[in-house]
Amino acid sequence: MQEIQSLMGGFAVAMTWFNLALMLAGVTLGVLIGVLPGLGGANGVAILLPLTFTMSQQPGGATSAIILLSCIYWGALFGGAITSILFNIPGEPWSVATTFDGYPLAQKGQAGAALTSAFTSSFIGALVAVILITFISPIIARFALRFGPPEFFSVYLLTFSAFVGMSKGTPFKTIAAMMAGFALAAVGIDTVTGQLRLTFGFTELLKGFDFLIAVIGLFGIGEILLTIEEGLEFRGTKAKLNLRVVLDTWKELPKYWKTSIRSSAVGCMMGIVPGGATPASFMAYGLAKKMSRDGEEFGTGKIEGVVAPETAAHAAGTSALLPMLTLGVPGSPTAAVLLGGLLIWGLQPGPLLFVEKPDFVWGLIASMYLGNIVGLIVVLTCVPLFASILRIPFAIIAPVILVICAIGAYTVHNSIFDVWLMIVFGILGYVFKKLDYPMAPLVLALVLGDRAEDAFRQSMLGPEGSLTVFFANPLVGTITGAALFLLFWPLISRALAIVRGRNGRGG
Amino acid sequence: MDEKKPVASMRAAELVMAGLFVAFGALVMWDSRRLGASWAEDGPQAGYFPFYIGLFIVVSAVVIIFRALNLGEKGRVAFVERGQLKMVLLVMAPTVVYAALISNPWFSLGIYLSSAIFISFFMWHLGKYRWTRIAPVSLGVAVFFFVMFEVWFKLPLPKGPIEAALGFN
Repeated sequence: MQEIQSLMGGFAVAMTWFNLALMLAGVTLGVLIGVLPGLGGANGVAILLPLTFTMSQQPGGATSAIILLSCIYWGALFGGAITSILFNIPGEPWSVATTFDGYPLAQKGQAGAALTSAFTSSFIGALVAVILITFISPIIARFALRFGPPEFFSVYLLTFSAFVGMSKGTPFKTIAAMMAGFALAAVGIDTVTGQLRLTFGFTELLKGFDFLIAVIGLFGIGEILLTIEEGLEFRGTKAKLNLRVVLDTWKELPKYWKTSIRSSAVGCMMGIVPGGATPASFMAYGLAKKMSRDGEEFGTGKIEGVVAPETAAHAAGTSALLPMLTLGVPGSPTAAVLLGGLLIWGLQPGPLLFVEKPDFVWGLIASMYLGNIVGLIVVLTCVPLFASILRIPFAIIAPVILVICAIGAYTVHNSIFDVWLMIVFGILGYVFKKLDYPMAPLVLALVLGDRAEDAFRQSMLGPEGSLTVFFANPLVGTITGAALFLLFWPLISRALAIVRGRNGRGG
Repeated sequence: MDEKKPVASMRAAELVMAGLFVAFGALVMWDSRRLGASWAEDGPQAGYFPFYIGLFIVVSAVVIIFRALNLGEKGRVAFVERGQLKMVLLVMAPTVVYAALISNPWFSLGIYLSSAIFISFFMWHLGKYRWTRIAPVSLGVAVFFFVMFEVWFKLPLPKGPIEAALGFN
């Protein structure tokens, strides 16, 4: 087992005192970010990314930097459950399903049990996904080494088609948001011809739009505006978590092993597909409700109803890093920000990373194991502390978060123009959210736009030089075919429903 | 004044947003045409990819417009109520002033002093706190960030007259 050996090497990299301290700091910061309104995984990591510039210059620094940032992500994933259960406010979209049974449990005075089961299931979901990453990603990376530009373009196409195919509302809003992201990505100097595109004579636009600014504005400022709209009050239940409650809950949890396995499987599968974490949590909840003996009582405060979505959401959130590491295609906005980090630190994400920077890759994978253990310990011991932060009045916490966002936006390029841009993106994020336009496709298109276009143009440069290149061999043809299938899934599913409806009436 | 009174309907908001998308898409297409959006001998020109991006934006926005026109009863739901808009503006307006205070061509205060003023305003206006609470919180946050960025991380942020008087620049 070569993977085990590589993983052991990774543990050697990750297990320095410095890196362990970074994990602790990252997870704690991450939970804090996950708990606070307006700061989530994606923009929390985006704000802290510039702080890792200097760190990444030292030898082995890039590994430490990714450990810090990925641990913030794990922390934010854990933190989402705290607000969902105690305050009925989902910190992240994939914690929505956790509120269904988590908040009723808290109201019944069983907040401790709900939190313990949420954290433990999150941990198990993440663990399953990390094991998957450990053994599957080297295989995918080796396979992807043979990929040329057409294959990569078809993978990008698949990524973006998945958004369209899986969009909750109308696919046209998904397409509009995504294409807006591509258009913004095109702004600036064209990498091939050196021509200026879409700058209209503004020097500020020469360097293009940085997706970090978009993330901070859309997810940060937009979220604050949505929160303030509902008024200033947070009302939550008290959290008490002692060893007794934790142990009692742990005794009960093995009963739900079937739900855990099912939810982990759903989460891992959906996580690899972009935007999968949220649907995964709902799917796992629905499945558990259908399959459980007391499914009728779901929604009134069942531990199993917390286990299912949390396991799936964490499995999905973690496995979203698999395509990011192996193909350079992030599966979620946070994975996209981490990918942006790799680029800034001078690493080329994609299959070659496994060959050229094994220390980095395996250090990161080993840190996922350690980070989640650290995370579990931190959240189990510090819940009252984090919950008390939510009791800080909004009139204090909101301006502080806005200041943090502004500083984060400024430090990306040391430019005040970016702060203004952040405000514009914030208003856009508010309107997008209210009108049900999805933001993740916009961010991912902004990150991948240039790379997708480069892949497209390089594919066209070959001897064939036409669109048939995307069906030139079985591999690329399959990926393109799958992409087109997903892209037209909304149409296909509607057609199927009509056919089925007719049959139903006939028979 | 009725705080629940809708300022704009869902339909109006949908139409305005989709209209903006049409304009944006058209702008992208127009600029791409200028660069050349067709096929050169060595492959697609610089404007080829963005041209179709723009086209997709316009087409999907037009579909959204048609859907918005047929929203029926749902289109009359409030996009934002008066009370809600007031709260949003209460946050947005100070934030814009804050960004302007940090750096402007006339008299920049720098990020730290502006942050302290910004937090103070929020606590005073929204939270109705006394100055004895406001001063320590706002100054404390500003000093904390100053130490963190200027001393610890050595990432210089915009500074103003106070920092200059203290010998930092």
